[in-house]
Amino acid sequence: MQRHLISAADLTRDDAVLILDTAEEMARVADRPIKKLPTLRGRTIVNLFFEDSTRTRISFEAAEKRLSADVINFSAKGSSVSKGESLKDTAQTLEAMGVDAVVIRHGASGAPYRLANSGWIDAAVINAGDGTHQHPTQALLDAFTMRRRLVGRDAGLGQDLSGRRITIVGDVLHSRVARSNVDLLHTLGAEVTVVAPPTLVPVGVETWPCEVSYDLDSTLTKSDAVMMLRVQRERMNAAFFPTEREYSRRYGLDGERMARMPEHAIVMHPGPMVRGMEITAEVADSDRCTVVEQVANGVSIRMAVLYLLLGGAEPAVTHARIEEK
Amino acid sequence: MDTQDTQASDARPVLEGPDIARVLTRIAHEIVERAKGADDVVLLGIPTRGVFLAQRLAAKLEEITDRKIPCGSLDITMYRDDLRMHPPRALARTEIPGDGIDGRLVVLVDDVLFSGRTVRAALDALNDVGRPRAVQLAVLVDRGHRELPIRADYVGKNLPTSLRETVKVQLAEEDGRDTVLLGAKQTQ
Repeated sequence: MQRHLISAADLTRDDAVLILDTAEEMARVADRPIKKLPTLRGRTIVNLFFEDSTRTRISFEAAEKRLSADVINFSAKGSSVSKGESLKDTAQTLEAMGVDAVVIRHGASGAPYRLANSGWIDAAVINAGDGTHQHPTQALLDAFTMRRRLVGRDAGLGQDLSGRRITIVGDVLHSRVARSNVDLLHTLGAEVTVVAPPTLVPVGVETWPCEVSYDLDSTLTKSDAVMMLRVQRERMNAAFFPTEREYSRRYGLDGERMARMPEHAIVMHPGPMVRGMEITAEVADSDRCTVVEQVANGVSIRMAVLYLLLGGAEPAVTHARIEEK
Repeated sequence: MDTQDTQASDARPVLEGPDIARVLTRIAHEIVERAKGADDVVLLGIPTRGVFLAQRLAAKLEEITDRKIPCGSLDITMYRDDLRMHPPRALARTEIPGDGIDGRLVVLVDDVLFSGRTVRAALDALNDVGRPRAVQLAVLVDRGHRELPIRADYVGKNLPTSLRETVKVQLAEEDGRDTVLLGAKQTQ
């Protein structure tokens, strides 16, 4: 039986809403003096990080510990991977230790899918970001943040994001966050527009369920949420735009641009932010910017995902695409 | 809590709307009597129907004592001992009244007392929320067949049943009418 979370595109609308609703209840645990639930007692979860990460790894670890799971942290640096061990051998080592779930981040797109479908391990696989492919829990926490801010905490229960207009701005080419968000937000009924310089729009974008624009100013005025993406310099070995100054002038969000957004609209960023590049300090520090809220919501979302995948005899979330195979 | 569906046709009502109202009035008086005025009482209902019963009890207690009675809900899903036997269940709301439960008399409220496992889970859940002075249990129906050493302090109706029977509580807030139905378990 499959019980994985590989791609935001695998989630149905009802699955996604169930995860968001569950996260809303999980969030209330954070307000209690004892932030701990016994639900995953005796389950072992490995955080398998082949790529650097601060917030995602810490957020998963916090979520796992709040649900009382046993947590093993693994980073490629300082492990046998640096001696040349393959993903398969690493996976089989984990399997031999009897882990119940693997949270994996990998630089290669498709590594979590391979791990889940190869028959190497029985554990549930949760994708924590693979190459330029997917980062489903990030998309879920973004959707959760939007639903809380745009629909309301209690009013949002059971609701999706139908009719909301979301704009995703920046390095779409290299962004797994953008891909996951486009998939999930579309599933939840939102209208998504991606805005980027033509060089940072991927080939095949016309098959995505979203609009594409090269002009930030015209889309800003009709957006309920604007998500700024970091320009991923580490993935840029070619020049994608003439100068950083030009990029930031055309596609960066400053106070003046923010003032032209609708009054209720929010500014989001998956982090880490590069202040002065895609977002100015003025915007990053304003009340409309949800960066810190997104981090807090990340723990609740990951608790919800872990509970729904591991909390029972079988997962509550269905996976149409994977189960067909 | 008994969640098995009973078909209305072969189910027999054992308590009707007016009976339930009278029973709740009696339990409210018993709480005031036992707690000597109910000064520090906090009512916590176990979702789903226990919450509505707790709210109704709170309203009756307020009539009797002329004071505001704190009333909330306590979801026990994450504390169940049979989590691994079913797909994960949807979570319900836990709402602890503003002043908390530390040093207070907490009365747990549920619709049906059966195996006692729900109440055990609720006691665990309470442990993570605070430290009450004492915990008591009020149920609308006690149908017997306990699997744990747990008993109710306030019982609406003792209903001797066989394991082949189901007890279903319906409340106006959730089901559109007040009734307790006793039926035969569906054989599938």
